[in-house]
Amino acid sequence: MSRWTAPLAALGRATLGALGATGRVTLFAGETLSHLVRPPFYFNEFWRACLNIGWLSLPVVGLTALFTGAALALQIYAGGARFSAEQVVPSITAIGMVRELGPVLGGLMVAARVASSIAAEIGTMKVTEQIDALTTLSTNAMKYLTVPRVLAATLCVPLLVGVGDIIGIMGGWAVGTTRLGFNSTTYLKNTWDFLQFWDVGSGLVKGAAFGFIVALMGCYHGMQSGRGAQGVGHATKSAVVAASVAILAANYLLTEAFFSA
Amino acid sequence: MIEISGLSKSFGAKQVLRGVDLVVPSGQSTVIIGGSGTGKSVLLKCILGLVQPDGGTIRLDGQDIRNGARDAFLARFGMLFQGAALFDSLPVWHNVAFRLLRGSLARPKAEARAIALDKLRRVGLDADVADLFPAELSGGMQKRVGLARAIAADPEIIFFDEPTTGLDPIMAGVINALIREIVSEMGATAITITHDMSSVRAIADRVAMIHAGKIRWEGPIADLDTTPDPYIQQFIHGRADGPIGTLR
Repeated sequence: MSRWTAPLAALGRATLGALGATGRVTLFAGETLSHLVRPPFYFNEFWRACLNIGWLSLPVVGLTALFTGAALALQIYAGGARFSAEQVVPSITAIGMVRELGPVLGGLMVAARVASSIAAEIGTMKVTEQIDALTTLSTNAMKYLTVPRVLAATLCVPLLVGVGDIIGIMGGWAVGTTRLGFNSTTYLKNTWDFLQFWDVGSGLVKGAAFGFIVALMGCYHGMQSGRGAQGVGHATKSAVVAASVAILAANYLLTEAFFSA
Repeated sequence: MIEISGLSKSFGAKQVLRGVDLVVPSGQSTVIIGGSGTGKSVLLKCILGLVQPDGGTIRLDGQDIRNGARDAFLARFGMLFQGAALFDSLPVWHNVAFRLLRGSLARPKAEARAIALDKLRRVGLDADVADLFPAELSGGMQKRVGLARAIAADPEIIFFDEPTTGLDPIMAGVINALIREIVSEMGATAITITHDMSSVRAIADRVAMIHAGKIRWEGPIADLDTTPDPYIQQFIHGRADGPIGTLR
Protein backbone atom coordinates (compact mmCIF):
# COMPACT_ATOMS: atom_id res chain seq x y z
CA MET A 1 0.00 0.00 0.00
CA SER A 2 1.45 3.35 -1.00
CA ARG A 3 1.63 6.31 1.33
CA TRP A 4 -1.03 7.96 -0.84
CA THR A 5 -3.59 5.20 -0.40
CA ALA A 6 -2.88 4.49 3.28
CA PRO A 7 -5.09 7.36 4.55
CA LEU A 8 -7.91 6.17 2.31
CA ALA A 9 -7.54 2.65 3.66
CA ALA A 10 -7.66 3.98 7.22
CA LEU A 11 -10.76 5.99 6.39
CA GLY A 12 -12.34 2.94 4.81
CA ARG A 13 -11.57 0.80 7.87
CA ALA A 14 -13.03 3.44 10.20
CA THR A 15 -16.16 3.74 8.05
CA LEU A 16 -16.66 -0.01 7.91
CA GLY A 17 -16.09 -0.21 11.66
CA ALA A 18 -18.68 2.49 12.32
CA LEU A 19 -21.21 0.85 9.99
CA GLY A 20 -20.60 -2.52 11.61
CA ALA A 21 -21.09 -1.05 15.10
CA THR A 22 -24.28 0.69 13.98
CA GLY A 23 -25.58 -2.59 12.59
CA ARG A 24 -24.77 -4.46 15.78
CA VAL A 25 -26.45 -1.83 17.97
CA THR A 26 -29.51 -1.89 15.69
CA LEU A 27 -29.75 -5.68 15.94
CA PHE A 28 -29.32 -5.43 19.71
CA ALA A 29 -32.12 -2.84 19.88
CA GLY A 30 -34.36 -5.05 17.73
CA GLU A 31 -33.70 -8.05 19.96
CA THR A 32 -34.43 -5.96 23.05
CA LEU A 33 -37.73 -4.76 21.60
CA SER A 34 -38.71 -8.30 20.62
CA HIS A 35 -38.08 -9.48 24.21
CA LEU A 36 -40.14 -6.55 25.57
CA VAL A 37 -43.34 -8.13 24.30
CA ARG A 38 -42.56 -11.78 25.07
CA PRO A 39 -42.74 -13.37 28.52
CA PRO A 40 -41.27 -14.05 30.99
CA PHE A 41 -41.12 -10.54 32.50
CA TYR A 42 -38.91 -9.80 35.48
CA PHE A 43 -40.89 -7.27 37.50
CA ASN A 44 -38.50 -7.19 40.46
CA GLU A 45 -35.62 -6.30 38.15
CA PHE A 46 -37.80 -3.65 36.52
CA TRP A 47 -38.68 -1.98 39.85
CA ARG A 48 -35.05 -2.11 40.95
CA ALA A 49 -34.03 -0.45 37.67
CA CYS A 50 -36.75 2.21 38.12
CA LEU A 51 -35.37 3.02 41.57
CA ASN A 52 -31.80 3.25 40.30
CA ILE A 53 -32.48 5.10 37.07
CA GLY A 54 -35.41 7.27 38.10
CA TRP A 55 -35.39 8.02 41.80
CA LEU A 56 -31.64 8.02 42.37
CA SER A 57 -30.99 10.24 39.32
CA LEU A 58 -33.37 12.90 40.60
CA PRO A 59 -30.83 14.91 42.63
CA VAL A 60 -28.32 15.25 39.78
CA VAL A 61 -31.01 16.03 37.18
CA GLY A 62 -32.71 18.49 39.56
CA LEU A 63 -29.51 20.36 40.38
CA THR A 64 -28.56 20.50 36.69
CA ALA A 65 -31.98 21.91 35.80
CA LEU A 66 -31.94 24.41 38.67
CA PHE A 67 -28.62 25.99 37.71
CA THR A 68 -29.37 25.80 33.99
CA GLY A 69 -32.70 27.61 34.42
CA ALA A 70 -31.08 30.26 36.58
CA ALA A 71 -28.22 30.85 34.13
CA LEU A 72 -30.62 30.85 31.19
CA ALA A 73 -32.72 33.60 32.78
CA LEU A 74 -29.60 35.74 33.29
CA GLN A 75 -28.45 35.20 29.69
CA ILE A 76 -31.85 35.96 28.19
CA TYR A 77 -32.15 39.08 30.32
CA ALA A 78 -28.70 40.28 29.20
CA GLY A 79 -29.43 39.47 25.54
CA GLY A 80 -32.96 40.87 25.62
CA ALA A 81 -31.71 44.15 27.14
CA ARG A 82 -29.87 44.86 23.86
CA PHE A 83 -33.18 45.49 22.13
CA SER A 84 -35.34 46.36 25.14
CA ALA A 85 -37.00 42.94 25.35
CA GLU A 86 -36.26 42.03 28.95
CA GLN A 87 -39.88 41.02 29.47
CA VAL A 88 -39.38 37.84 27.40
CA VAL A 89 -37.25 36.25 30.16
CA PRO A 90 -40.05 34.08 31.68
CA SER A 91 -41.38 32.82 28.38
CA ILE A 92 -38.04 32.12 26.69
CA THR A 93 -36.60 30.53 29.82
CA ALA A 94 -39.61 28.23 29.99
CA ILE A 95 -39.57 27.27 26.32
CA GLY A 96 -35.79 26.78 26.36
CA MET A 97 -36.05 24.50 29.35
CA VAL A 98 -38.98 22.33 28.30
CA ARG A 99 -38.11 21.96 24.62
CA GLU A 100 -34.33 21.64 24.69
CA LEU A 101 -32.28 22.08 27.83
CA GLY A 102 -34.47 20.01 30.14
CA PRO A 103 -34.47 16.89 28.00
CA VAL A 104 -30.95 17.24 26.55
CA LEU A 105 -29.11 18.10 29.76
CA GLY A 106 -31.26 15.68 31.73
CA GLY A 107 -30.50 12.98 29.18
CA LEU A 108 -26.78 13.73 29.27
CA MET A 109 -26.68 13.66 33.06
CA VAL A 110 -28.55 10.36 33.09
CA ALA A 111 -26.14 9.08 30.42
CA ALA A 112 -23.19 9.97 32.64
CA ARG A 113 -24.74 8.40 35.70
CA VAL A 114 -26.75 5.47 34.37
CA ALA A 115 -25.10 4.33 31.10
CA SER A 116 -21.77 4.09 32.93
CA SER A 117 -23.30 2.24 35.84
CA ILE A 118 -25.19 -0.24 33.64
CA ALA A 119 -22.16 -0.89 31.41
CA ALA A 120 -19.87 -1.41 34.41
CA GLU A 121 -22.35 -3.70 36.15
CA ILE A 122 -23.10 -5.86 33.12
CA GLY A 123 -19.46 -5.79 32.00
CA THR A 124 -18.37 -7.03 35.42
CA MET A 125 -21.07 -9.69 35.31
CA LYS A 126 -19.70 -10.81 31.96
CA VAL A 127 -16.07 -11.04 33.01
CA THR A 128 -16.96 -12.85 36.25
CA GLU A 129 -19.07 -15.39 34.32
CA GLN A 130 -22.31 -14.24 35.96
CA ILE A 131 -23.94 -13.96 32.54
CA ASP A 132 -22.88 -17.53 31.73
CA ALA A 133 -24.31 -18.52 35.11
CA LEU A 134 -27.63 -16.88 34.20
CA THR A 135 -27.75 -18.93 31.02
CA THR A 136 -27.02 -22.18 32.81
CA LEU A 137 -29.86 -21.29 35.20
CA SER A 138 -32.23 -21.19 32.21
CA THR A 139 -32.48 -17.40 32.29
CA ASN A 140 -32.10 -15.32 29.15
CA ALA A 141 -29.63 -12.52 29.91
CA MET A 142 -31.33 -10.15 27.45
CA LYS A 143 -34.65 -10.59 29.21
CA TYR A 144 -33.25 -10.48 32.72
CA LEU A 145 -30.68 -7.70 32.36
CA THR A 146 -31.46 -5.59 29.29
CA VAL A 147 -35.24 -5.46 29.01
CA PRO A 148 -35.97 -4.25 32.58
CA ARG A 149 -33.29 -1.54 32.36
CA VAL A 150 -34.33 -0.29 28.92
CA LEU A 151 -38.01 -0.24 29.86
CA ALA A 152 -37.32 1.49 33.17
CA ALA A 153 -35.15 4.17 31.53
CA THR A 154 -37.69 4.76 28.74
CA LEU A 155 -40.43 5.33 31.31
CA CYS A 156 -38.45 7.10 34.03
CA VAL A 157 -36.39 9.61 32.04
CA PRO A 158 -39.49 11.50 30.78
CA LEU A 159 -40.61 11.80 34.42
CA LEU A 160 -37.16 13.10 35.34
CA VAL A 161 -37.34 15.56 32.43
CA GLY A 162 -40.79 16.73 33.63
CA VAL A 163 -39.51 17.31 37.15
CA GLY A 164 -36.35 18.93 35.74
CA ASP A 165 -38.49 21.27 33.61
CA ILE A 166 -40.34 22.47 36.69
CA ILE A 167 -37.14 22.89 38.70
CA GLY A 168 -35.42 24.69 35.80
CA ILE A 169 -38.30 27.11 35.41
CA MET A 170 -38.24 27.71 39.15
CA GLY A 171 -34.48 28.39 38.88
CA GLY A 172 -35.27 31.08 36.31
CA TRP A 173 -38.07 32.40 38.50
CA ALA A 174 -35.75 32.58 41.53
CA VAL A 175 -33.18 34.63 39.59
CA GLY A 176 -35.85 36.69 37.84
CA THR A 177 -37.56 37.72 41.05
CA THR A 178 -34.50 38.19 43.25
CA ARG A 179 -31.92 39.56 40.82
CA LEU A 180 -33.76 40.92 37.78
CA GLY A 181 -36.64 42.72 39.41
CA PHE A 182 -39.56 40.63 38.08
CA ASN A 183 -42.79 40.39 40.00
CA SER A 184 -43.29 36.80 41.17
CA THR A 185 -46.92 36.46 40.09
CA THR A 186 -46.30 38.11 36.72
CA TYR A 187 -43.28 35.90 36.05
CA LEU A 188 -45.24 32.73 36.71
CA LYS A 189 -48.30 33.97 34.77
CA ASN A 190 -46.15 34.82 31.73
CA THR A 191 -44.54 31.40 31.88
CA TRP A 192 -47.86 29.57 32.18
CA ASP A 193 -49.60 31.62 29.47
CA PHE A 194 -46.78 31.22 26.96
CA LEU A 195 -46.21 27.48 27.18
CA GLN A 196 -48.22 25.20 24.90
CA PHE A 197 -48.96 21.54 25.47
CA TRP A 198 -46.65 20.36 22.69
CA ASP A 199 -43.73 22.38 24.07
CA VAL A 200 -43.83 20.20 27.15
CA GLY A 201 -45.00 17.05 25.33
CA SER A 202 -42.17 17.14 22.79
CA GLY A 203 -39.63 17.39 25.61
CA LEU A 204 -41.13 14.38 27.35
CA VAL A 205 -41.08 12.35 24.12
CA LYS A 206 -37.43 13.32 23.73
CA GLY A 207 -36.85 12.19 27.30
CA ALA A 208 -38.32 8.76 26.51
CA ALA A 209 -36.10 8.46 23.43
CA PHE A 210 -33.03 9.54 25.40
CA GLY A 211 -33.84 7.10 28.20
CA PHE A 212 -34.07 4.28 25.68
CA ILE A 213 -30.73 5.30 24.16
CA VAL A 214 -28.97 5.56 27.54
CA ALA A 215 -30.03 2.13 28.78
CA LEU A 216 -29.52 0.49 25.41
CA MET A 217 -25.96 1.81 25.13
CA GLY A 218 -25.18 0.83 28.70
CA CYS A 219 -26.46 -2.71 28.17
CA TYR A 220 -24.91 -3.12 24.71
CA HIS A 221 -21.44 -2.01 25.74
CA GLY A 222 -21.66 -4.01 28.98
CA MET A 223 -22.54 -7.14 27.04
CA GLN A 224 -19.67 -6.47 24.60
CA SER A 225 -17.18 -5.84 27.40
CA GLY A 226 -13.69 -7.26 26.99
CA ARG A 227 -11.84 -9.21 29.66
CA GLY A 228 -10.50 -7.77 32.89
CA ALA A 229 -10.64 -4.35 34.48
CA GLN A 230 -9.44 -2.69 31.29
CA GLY A 231 -12.23 -4.29 29.27
CA VAL A 232 -14.88 -3.13 31.74
CA GLY A 233 -13.34 0.36 31.85
CA HIS A 234 -13.38 0.58 28.06
CA ALA A 235 -16.98 -0.62 27.93
CA THR A 236 -18.00 2.00 30.49
CA LYS A 237 -16.29 4.82 28.61
CA SER A 238 -17.74 3.67 25.29
CA ALA A 239 -21.24 3.50 26.75
CA VAL A 240 -21.12 7.08 28.03
CA VAL A 241 -19.58 8.48 24.83
CA ALA A 242 -21.97 6.56 22.56
CA ALA A 243 -25.02 7.47 24.63
CA SER A 244 -24.05 11.17 24.76
CA VAL A 245 -23.40 11.44 21.02
CA ALA A 246 -26.55 9.47 20.20
CA ILE A 247 -28.62 11.76 22.48
CA LEU A 248 -27.35 14.88 20.73
CA ALA A 249 -27.94 13.37 17.28
CA ALA A 250 -31.39 12.10 18.23
CA ASN A 251 -32.21 15.51 19.70
CA TYR A 252 -31.51 17.18 16.37
CA LEU A 253 -33.55 14.61 14.44
CA LEU A 254 -36.50 14.84 16.85
CA THR A 255 -36.39 18.65 16.84
CA GLU A 256 -36.38 18.57 13.06
CA ALA A 257 -39.32 16.17 13.07
CA PHE A 258 -41.34 18.09 15.67
CA PHE A 259 -40.69 21.73 14.84
CA SER A 260 -39.38 22.13 11.29
CA ALA A 261 -41.64 24.32 9.18
CA MET B 1 -24.36 -40.51 29.36
CA ILE B 2 -22.63 -37.67 27.52
CA GLU B 3 -20.94 -38.62 24.24
CA ILE B 4 -18.67 -36.07 22.62
CA SER B 5 -17.45 -36.81 19.14
CA GLY B 6 -15.03 -34.87 16.93
CA LEU B 7 -15.63 -31.60 18.77
CA SER B 8 -13.69 -28.66 17.37
CA LYS B 9 -13.60 -24.98 18.23
CA SER B 10 -11.41 -22.10 17.13
CA PHE B 11 -11.19 -18.52 18.34
CA GLY B 12 -9.84 -16.57 15.39
CA ALA B 13 -6.64 -18.23 14.26
CA LYS B 14 -6.29 -20.18 17.51
CA GLN B 15 -7.70 -23.68 17.32
CA VAL B 16 -8.51 -24.71 20.87
CA LEU B 17 -10.35 -28.00 20.35
CA ARG B 18 -9.20 -30.19 17.46
CA GLY B 19 -11.57 -33.12 17.51
CA VAL B 20 -12.32 -34.09 21.10
CA ASP B 21 -13.80 -37.56 21.57
CA LEU B 22 -14.97 -38.40 25.07
CA VAL B 23 -17.66 -40.50 26.72
CA VAL B 24 -18.82 -39.49 30.20
CA PRO B 25 -20.71 -42.41 31.80
CA SER B 26 -23.88 -41.71 33.79
CA GLY B 27 -23.58 -41.58 37.56
CA GLN B 28 -19.79 -41.31 37.49
CA SER B 29 -17.44 -38.49 38.29
CA THR B 30 -15.12 -37.67 35.41
CA VAL B 31 -12.29 -35.23 35.95
CA ILE B 32 -10.69 -33.48 32.99
CA ILE B 33 -7.11 -32.40 33.52
CA GLY B 34 -4.74 -30.46 31.30
CA GLY B 35 -2.57 -27.38 31.17
CA SER B 36 -3.88 -23.82 31.13
CA GLY B 37 -5.36 -22.80 27.79
CA THR B 38 -5.86 -26.34 26.54
CA GLY B 39 -9.62 -25.87 26.13
CA LYS B 40 -11.01 -27.56 29.24
CA SER B 41 -13.43 -24.76 30.07
CA VAL B 42 -14.32 -24.34 26.38
CA LEU B 43 -15.29 -28.01 26.31
CA LEU B 44 -17.71 -27.55 29.22
CA LYS B 45 -19.12 -24.39 27.68
CA CYS B 46 -19.70 -26.20 24.39
CA ILE B 47 -21.69 -28.89 26.20
CA LEU B 48 -23.82 -26.23 27.90
CA GLY B 49 -24.31 -24.24 24.70
CA LEU B 50 -22.48 -21.19 26.09
CA VAL B 51 -20.00 -21.53 23.22
CA GLN B 52 -21.01 -22.78 19.78
CA PRO B 53 -18.62 -25.47 18.52
CA ASP B 54 -17.34 -25.30 14.94
CA GLY B 55 -17.76 -29.00 14.37
CA GLY B 56 -18.52 -32.35 15.97
CA THR B 57 -21.46 -33.61 17.96
CA ILE B 58 -22.47 -33.78 21.60
CA ARG B 59 -25.11 -36.29 22.60
CA LEU B 60 -26.89 -36.50 25.93
CA ASP B 61 -28.51 -39.89 26.49
CA GLY B 62 -28.29 -40.50 22.75
CA GLN B 63 -29.95 -37.19 21.75
CA ASP B 64 -28.01 -34.51 19.90
CA ILE B 65 -28.10 -31.51 22.24
CA ARG B 66 -28.84 -29.16 19.34
CA ASN B 67 -32.28 -30.78 19.08
CA GLY B 68 -34.94 -30.39 21.72
CA ALA B 69 -36.05 -27.69 24.15
CA ARG B 70 -33.16 -25.69 25.57
CA ASP B 71 -34.82 -24.92 28.93
CA ALA B 72 -35.56 -28.58 29.55
CA PHE B 73 -31.97 -29.41 28.59
CA LEU B 74 -30.45 -26.81 30.93
CA ALA B 75 -32.79 -27.84 33.76
CA ARG B 76 -30.87 -31.13 33.90
CA PHE B 77 -27.58 -29.33 34.65
CA GLY B 78 -25.98 -27.58 37.57
CA MET B 79 -22.68 -25.77 37.37
CA LEU B 80 -20.14 -24.45 39.85
CA PHE B 81 -18.12 -21.71 38.16
CA GLN B 82 -14.45 -21.06 38.82
CA GLY B 83 -15.10 -17.75 40.61
CA ALA B 84 -18.49 -18.97 41.93
CA ALA B 85 -20.21 -16.36 39.65
CA LEU B 86 -22.69 -15.39 42.35
CA PHE B 87 -25.04 -12.53 41.51
CA ASP B 88 -23.77 -9.55 43.51
CA SER B 89 -27.11 -7.79 43.66
CA LEU B 90 -28.96 -10.71 45.23
CA PRO B 91 -28.71 -12.10 48.77
CA VAL B 92 -27.17 -15.53 49.21
CA TRP B 93 -30.44 -17.42 49.51
CA HIS B 94 -31.76 -15.80 46.30
CA ASN B 95 -28.59 -16.92 44.56
CA VAL B 96 -29.06 -20.49 45.73
CA ALA B 97 -32.77 -20.55 44.91
CA PHE B 98 -32.41 -18.60 41.66
CA ARG B 99 -33.66 -21.43 39.47
CA LEU B 100 -36.45 -22.23 41.93
CA LEU B 101 -37.84 -18.70 41.87
CA ARG B 102 -38.44 -18.48 38.12
CA GLY B 103 -38.97 -20.52 34.99
CA SER B 104 -40.17 -24.08 34.65
CA LEU B 105 -38.86 -25.13 38.10
CA ALA B 106 -40.47 -22.18 39.96
CA ARG B 107 -41.81 -22.87 43.46
CA PRO B 108 -43.54 -20.64 46.02
CA LYS B 109 -41.04 -18.24 47.61
CA ALA B 110 -41.24 -19.81 51.09
CA GLU B 111 -40.58 -23.27 49.68
CA ALA B 112 -37.70 -21.99 47.54
CA ARG B 113 -36.15 -20.34 50.60
CA ALA B 114 -36.54 -23.52 52.65
CA ILE B 115 -34.78 -25.51 49.91
CA ALA B 116 -32.02 -22.87 49.71
CA LEU B 117 -31.45 -23.06 53.48
CA ASP B 118 -31.35 -26.85 53.27
CA LYS B 119 -28.76 -26.75 50.46
CA LEU B 120 -26.70 -24.18 52.36
CA ARG B 121 -26.74 -26.48 55.36
CA ARG B 122 -25.69 -29.32 53.07
CA VAL B 123 -22.54 -27.42 52.09
CA GLY B 124 -21.80 -26.51 55.71
CA LEU B 125 -23.17 -22.97 55.87
CA ASP B 126 -25.51 -21.68 58.58
CA ALA B 127 -28.83 -20.03 57.93
CA ASP B 128 -27.16 -16.80 59.15
CA VAL B 129 -25.46 -16.34 55.78
CA ALA B 130 -28.71 -16.65 53.81
CA ASP B 131 -29.51 -12.96 53.94
CA LEU B 132 -25.96 -11.71 53.41
CA PHE B 133 -24.74 -10.55 50.02
CA PRO B 134 -21.96 -12.43 48.18
CA ALA B 135 -19.48 -9.58 48.71
CA GLU B 136 -19.79 -10.15 52.46
CA LEU B 137 -18.51 -13.74 52.18
CA SER B 138 -14.99 -15.15 52.01
CA GLY B 139 -13.78 -16.93 48.84
CA GLY B 140 -14.33 -20.36 50.38
CA MET B 141 -17.85 -19.45 51.48
CA GLN B 142 -18.63 -18.11 48.02
CA LYS B 143 -17.54 -21.44 46.53
CA ARG B 144 -19.82 -23.25 48.94
CA VAL B 145 -22.74 -21.00 48.01
CA GLY B 146 -21.93 -21.65 44.33
CA LEU B 147 -21.98 -25.36 45.09
CA ALA B 148 -25.32 -25.02 46.90
CA ARG B 149 -26.70 -23.18 43.86
CA ALA B 150 -25.41 -25.89 41.52
CA ILE B 151 -27.28 -28.60 43.45
CA ALA B 152 -30.36 -26.57 44.39
CA ALA B 153 -32.63 -28.11 41.77
CA ASP B 154 -31.19 -31.63 42.21
CA PRO B 155 -29.68 -31.76 38.72
CA GLU B 156 -28.79 -35.02 37.00
CA ILE B 157 -25.49 -33.62 35.71
CA ILE B 158 -23.15 -31.26 37.56
CA PHE B 159 -20.11 -29.43 36.17
CA PHE B 160 -17.36 -28.10 38.40
CA ASP B 161 -14.97 -25.62 36.80
CA GLU B 162 -11.75 -25.36 38.84
CA PRO B 163 -13.58 -25.86 42.15
CA THR B 164 -10.53 -25.36 44.36
CA THR B 165 -8.64 -22.61 42.52
CA GLY B 166 -7.71 -19.77 44.85
CA LEU B 167 -8.55 -21.65 48.05
CA ASP B 168 -6.17 -22.59 50.83
CA PRO B 169 -5.35 -26.34 51.04
CA ILE B 170 -7.71 -26.97 53.93
CA MET B 171 -10.66 -25.24 52.28
CA ALA B 172 -9.79 -27.00 49.01
CA GLY B 173 -9.95 -30.31 50.87
CA VAL B 174 -13.34 -29.38 52.32
CA ILE B 175 -14.72 -28.47 48.88
CA ASN B 176 -13.32 -31.67 47.33
CA ALA B 177 -14.91 -33.77 50.07
CA LEU B 178 -18.23 -31.96 49.63
CA ILE B 179 -18.20 -32.53 45.89
CA ARG B 180 -17.43 -36.22 46.32
CA GLU B 181 -20.16 -36.66 48.93
CA ILE B 182 -22.77 -34.74 46.99
CA VAL B 183 -22.09 -36.48 43.69
CA SER B 184 -22.21 -39.92 45.35
CA GLU B 185 -25.30 -39.07 47.39
CA MET B 186 -27.23 -37.62 44.43
CA GLY B 187 -26.05 -40.26 41.99
CA ALA B 188 -25.28 -37.41 39.60
CA THR B 189 -23.07 -37.46 36.55
CA ALA B 190 -20.21 -35.06 37.19
CA ILE B 191 -17.53 -33.44 35.10
CA THR B 192 -14.83 -31.53 36.94
CA ILE B 193 -12.08 -29.44 35.41
CA THR B 194 -8.99 -28.95 37.48
CA HIS B 195 -5.21 -28.83 37.50
CA ASP B 196 -5.13 -29.73 41.17
CA MET B 197 -4.03 -33.35 41.52
CA SER B 198 -5.35 -33.63 45.10
CA SER B 199 -8.78 -32.70 43.69
CA VAL B 200 -8.40 -35.31 40.97
CA ARG B 201 -7.67 -38.03 43.50
CA ALA B 202 -10.49 -36.93 45.81
CA ILE B 203 -13.20 -36.47 43.20
CA ALA B 204 -12.57 -38.71 40.19
CA ASP B 205 -13.95 -42.06 39.16
CA ARG B 206 -12.47 -41.51 35.72
CA VAL B 207 -9.85 -39.09 34.43
CA ALA B 208 -9.36 -37.62 30.97
CA MET B 209 -6.38 -35.53 29.96
CA ILE B 210 -6.80 -32.92 27.26
CA HIS B 211 -3.73 -31.80 25.38
CA ALA B 212 -3.25 -29.97 22.08
CA GLY B 213 -7.02 -29.83 21.60
CA LYS B 214 -7.60 -33.58 21.89
CA ILE B 215 -8.14 -36.16 24.61
CA ARG B 216 -4.63 -37.48 25.18
CA TRP B 217 -5.51 -40.17 27.74
CA GLU B 218 -8.65 -41.40 29.40
CA GLY B 219 -9.23 -44.09 32.00
CA PRO B 220 -10.17 -45.00 35.58
CA ILE B 221 -8.51 -43.09 38.41
CA ALA B 222 -6.86 -46.34 39.54
CA ASP B 223 -4.85 -46.42 36.30
CA LEU B 224 -3.66 -42.85 36.48
CA ASP B 225 -0.45 -43.48 38.35
CA THR B 226 0.49 -46.63 36.46
CA THR B 227 -0.10 -45.46 32.90
CA PRO B 228 3.15 -45.18 30.95
CA ASP B 229 1.83 -42.18 28.99
CA PRO B 230 4.63 -39.61 29.29
CA TYR B 231 2.20 -36.66 29.09
CA ILE B 232 0.18 -37.95 32.03
CA GLN B 233 3.30 -38.76 34.03
CA GLN B 234 4.74 -35.30 33.44
CA PHE B 235 1.46 -33.62 34.36
CA ILE B 236 0.64 -35.56 37.51
CA HIS B 237 4.17 -35.20 38.87
CA GLY B 238 4.44 -31.57 37.84
CA ARG B 239 7.75 -32.04 36.03
CA ALA B 240 9.17 -29.13 34.11
CA ASP B 241 10.81 -31.44 31.56
CA GLY B 242 8.86 -33.68 29.28
CA PRO B 243 6.77 -33.73 26.12
CA ILE B 244 4.33 -31.06 27.32
CA GLY B 245 7.08 -28.58 28.03
CA THR B 246 8.77 -29.17 24.68
CA LEU B 247 5.53 -28.55 22.82
CA ARG B 248 4.78 -25.23 24.53
